[in-house]
Amino acid sequence: MAEFRMPSLGADMEAGTVIQWLIKPGDAVKRGDIIAVVDTEKADIEVEVFEAGVIESIVVPEGRKVPVGEVLALLQTEGAPVARAQPQVTAPPKIAPPAPSPPPSPRVEMPPRVEMPPRVEMPPKKPSIPAAHRPRVSPLAMRVALDLGMNLSTVKGTGPDGAITKADVERAAKVAAAPPAVTPPAPPAPAVEATKLARTARPAAGLEERQAAMRRVIASAMARSKREVPHYYLGTHIDMSRAMTWLQTENLKRPVTERLLYSVLLLKAVAMAIHQFPEMNGFWSDGAFKPSIAVHLGVAISLRGGGLIAPALHDVDKKTLSEIMANLRDLVNRVRAGVLRSSEIADATITVTSLGEQGVETVYGVIYAPQVALIGFGNLAERPWAANGMVGARPVIAATLSADHRVSDGHRGGRFLATLDRLLQEPEKL
Amino acid sequence: MTAATQTMRITYREAIRQAIREALQRDPRVFVMGEDVGRYGGCYAVTKGLLQEFGPERIRDTPLSESAFVGAGIGAALGGMRPIVEIMTVNFSLLALDQIVNNAATILHMSGGQFNIPIVIRMTTGAGRQLAAQHSHSFDGWYAHIPGLKVLTPATLEDARGMLWTALEDPDPVLIFEHGTLYNVEGDLAADAGAVNIGQAAIRRPGKDVSLITYGGTLGKSLQAAEQLAADKIDAEVVDLRTLRPLDTGTILDSVARTHRAVIIDEGWRSGSISAEISARIMEGAFYELDLPVARLCSAEVPMPYAKHMEEAALPQVATIVETVRRMMGGNG
Repeated sequence: MAEFRMPSLGADMEAGTVIQWLIKPGDAVKRGDIIAVVDTEKADIEVEVFEAGVIESIVVPEGRKVPVGEVLALLQTEGAPVARAQPQVTAPPKIAPPAPSPPPSPRVEMPPRVEMPPRVEMPPKKPSIPAAHRPRVSPLAMRVALDLGMNLSTVKGTGPDGAITKADVERAAKVAAAPPAVTPPAPPAPAVEATKLARTARPAAGLEERQAAMRRVIASAMARSKREVPHYYLGTHIDMSRAMTWLQTENLKRPVTERLLYSVLLLKAVAMAIHQFPEMNGFWSDGAFKPSIAVHLGVAISLRGGGLIAPALHDVDKKTLSEIMANLRDLVNRVRAGVLRSSEIADATITVTSLGEQGVETVYGVIYAPQVALIGFGNLAERPWAANGMVGARPVIAATLSADHRVSDGHRGGRFLATLDRLLQEPEKL
Repeated sequence: MTAATQTMRITYREAIRQAIREALQRDPRVFVMGEDVGRYGGCYAVTKGLLQEFGPERIRDTPLSESAFVGAGIGAALGGMRPIVEIMTVNFSLLALDQIVNNAATILHMSGGQFNIPIVIRMTTGAGRQLAAQHSHSFDGWYAHIPGLKVLTPATLEDARGMLWTALEDPDPVLIFEHGTLYNVEGDLAADAGAVNIGQAAIRRPGKDVSLITYGGTLGKSLQAAEQLAADKIDAEVVDLRTLRPLDTGTILDSVARTHRAVIIDEGWRSGSISAEISARIMEGAFYELDLPVARLCSAEVPMPYAKHMEEAALPQVATIVETVRRMMGGNG
């Protein structure tokens, strides 16, 4: 038996509200399945389960707010005996009937669940949540969506019984083709400045109230970071002429749907630089630095209705530019549809923020603790650039590093930026 | 006008007669036998006049016993002849099923490859002529189940004219199914029309939105439906299978890969039909090309009714094809 608990979807999260269960008792789940939607005051997050098994029962009903760590549901894991040492419990999972008094079945024996409601009647599912579970998709539409890096939960189906067809995917792709501005948090904020927008269908909390709640969350995270984290800041200008020339040539070879944004080069270069500077990647916790082997870049994405959110792009160092581009596009689409996964909210090991679209030249970011570094990019613009005794106009971008002085120092930080610069001079190797 | 472009006005029936006549002229081993093929000129008048032209040795009337004369045909084929056996309708061929399935289809195998059976068996198939439940069925797909047989379903004048000779040249048993509603179909055929390939499907109308996969008596209906759909800006491709065994899976899958949607129109009953086989092959070979589930239009699973309106209602019709495709495409229009 495993317990599925309210996850911590960010260091600052203390409690969450179960908005929707996507499973019911008796359902089989496997690792990575999205089983619930949780409201964290910042966003509605799709929460994944990390063990395979069969849902035994739902402990916390929809609509209830509980602290992080609270048991939300019980799971019969594979291989584990159903009830410890109890005589064979062969009964189907729904044996406990609506009896108000403990039923005499062996099931009652199971310890930590006295407060559990005897029967969990699933309320009708709210169809307003974009289907995260088995939408009807034609095999062709599925394939095209994969090719285009489209997330199908954002696609409206017009086929038989609402099935998603190829035409639906292509239509949605056209809409999403507007460049996913990788504009990060305006204030040197941490990653997440989530705003409700796609969720207007859900009247849960008033918009104002939600924004106020979000503001409080940001305030507490930023205050904590500035109070506890001894920041140091370094900046450099990077000549992007090679990178941009290469990108232009590369994009000419690609179909429109597969073209790359320069942000992808920046992301990949950061991820590659981190390989040589592991002290920039990980978390400060319990008085010590815990480096992360995986490189998950928190990337800020602007929302159409205003506000920002910075979910993680996973394993950027291991992905090709095309894959990063597809993931980024997918992430943008899902952020805008309000459908994120818990791993994306909680996993970022370092944050990348770029305010280029706003015309800002330099970003001095506040680290999103417990992360230990944040990379900022300003706008990419033509600037006078002296080389070989000549001044010419070149595309230049300002890169900054905000790092935790408890973990690294300025010498290493400087070399990190130099490495980033060097990587961007060889874009073909990214 | 060159010889190659000269055409003649001809019916499906005459096209088959020409093919038989040519075969009789070209190869002295060829002869025709069946019920009423001689004096009466054939139940559907296909062999009319051939008795006078070729004599009773080569145009042979038989007793009313399908099992006997199909068996005699198999024996003649074993003996080096090239018999064309006519069975009045596919329903009656069931009387000869033992000869066809247990002998014609197996002797090559049972003899360790020593004896081929170069027989051609022609028969009328299908409904639409108010001949009721014992003369109207489509068992073409049944025969396509049997290894050792080839099953041809000529639906055009070219194929009516050209498949017979190719079938006669084949060393193994070939069944030719002539849909009863086609005999009077008239059209232009090249004056020099001759043998055509068998075993390959043909795209009778190219299109990009949906594949109408059909054969025999429903090809014409499918082409008409495609024209009506064109008015709705739905561009239907029409695939004529031509041969049900061996089935030209490649052409089917290529077409589905272009259109991503398939409707199979088959006058047979749906359960366990050739349309089921085609649908399965599409699923096996083109699953990731499919944008909609494969649709099938087959005959109602009843003995074919006699009453005209009921017979029409039991069969796939132009209107039902059009309606089915429109419904499929509805969401994408």
